[in-house]
Amino acid sequence: MIRVVLPGPLRSLARIDGEVQVDVEGRATQRAILDAIESRYPMLRGTIRDYGTLKRRPFVRFYACERDLSHESPDEAVPQAVAEGKEPFLVIGAVAGG
Amino acid sequence: MSGVRVLVGTKKGAFILTADGKRESWNVSGPHFPGWEIYHMKGSPLNPDRIYASQTSGWFGQLVQRSDDGGKSWEPVGNKFAYDGVPGTHQWYDGTPHPWEFKRVWHLEPSTTDAESVYAGIEDAALFQSKDGGKEWSELSGLRGHGSGPRWSPGAGGMCLHTILIDQNNPDRIYIAISAAGAFRTDDGGKTWKPINQGLRSEYIPDPNAEVGHCVHHLAMHQSKPNTVFMQKHWDVMRTDNGGDTWHEVSGDLPTDFGFVIDVHAHQPETVYVVPIKSDAEHYVHEGKLRVFRSKSGGNEWEPLTKGLPQKDCYVNVLRDAMAIDSLDPCGVYFGTSGGQVYGSNDEGDSWQPLVRDLPGVLSVEVQTLQ
Repeated sequence: MIRVVLPGPLRSLARIDGEVQVDVEGRATQRAILDAIESRYPMLRGTIRDYGTLKRRPFVRFYACERDLSHESPDEAVPQAVAEGKEPFLVIGAVAGG
Repeated sequence: MSGVRVLVGTKKGAFILTADGKRESWNVSGPHFPGWEIYHMKGSPLNPDRIYASQTSGWFGQLVQRSDDGGKSWEPVGNKFAYDGVPGTHQWYDGTPHPWEFKRVWHLEPSTTDAESVYAGIEDAALFQSKDGGKEWSELSGLRGHGSGPRWSPGAGGMCLHTILIDQNNPDRIYIAISAAGAFRTDDGGKTWKPINQGLRSEYIPDPNAEVGHCVHHLAMHQSKPNTVFMQKHWDVMRTDNGGDTWHEVSGDLPTDFGFVIDVHAHQPETVYVVPIKSDAEHYVHEGKLRVFRSKSGGNEWEPLTKGLPQKDCYVNVLRDAMAIDSLDPCGVYFGTSGGQVYGSNDEGDSWQPLVRDLPGVLSVEVQTLQ
């Protein structure tokens, strides 16, 4: 079970309170986590990753265990503490704009 | 009993203003989708309870929301806008080829003949259609593919398809406009298109009389005269009486002919409204006065409408999709400003009142006339 924290606008969109918990089969990677999130909440498709390329949207960041995972390969394993549900996988709306 | 519902898209959410047919006392609901940019909302003329909203964000991209109960509740529908085939390139700001990239939906236009059909005008400029109430979208790619697409280039606000006018008597005829490519028309339901920019003159492009490249800001048409279309261009107010084959200028005695909005009276096809803006460098109303100008002669002779509008120290803008006209008699006229005010007139523009005055900057205004 993996814990995911979404930013407020996406929680509102998906009508989620608090953390989301998802199960992924096989290795816990960014791609697997986001696939699971989008499968459960289809309205989030296109909001975290670009529809066509599945690349992270420019002003979205992924943090976990006090690390910025945004630039890591989506197929890299996330930290073990995230895979074990001890630490959440954070989806962040980056500080941008004015 | 009749009434109206004004749909207001702002930089930070959507608001819905309602009133009875007198249009004197207003109820405001919202913000809907708080914090998100709502580029446009529009209701189906066939099913007024069905309303579409373009919800967008620099962080989280594009969503399309649909209400089937007049805006009380909303459900996200399809937000996948994939260009047909290999998108190709258009001209970038520096003149180099640039791949077409989806950015956002500027305008949603429900069909006049099929309650499940709706068109979307998007940036980078293309026209999409959904035939299932917004769940799935497909491009009407004859527009981008007709030949001039590689020469289109973005205006300062992006390369957006922002205006969609459907001829209710002949729904195969659709006019669209793109900044900064120009106006286009289809006569076969969107399969084939042609540029309709002859007569436009734009000094800011290398060939002022070019086939494409004009920064058309908005188009308006009365359904009883579908060959007559009015245009607010970057500079110049124009009209055509032959479906866009040729245009001529009707700016006449306007204090400035730069502007964004243009709209036509509900019952008088030769009565037109604009809000002149000082210049392309100074996007606010002229002389610090918020004035709607009305022509009852299809252009050239314009009268300022000022009663109830601020006439000093006012420096707001009115964006291209931020004016709408209801179909009651006398018709109501509504517009929203960059300062967050929505003004309304229940007497064809003779007098105005602020319906609400402290919203986020207004991006769009539409109105539904409810029977």
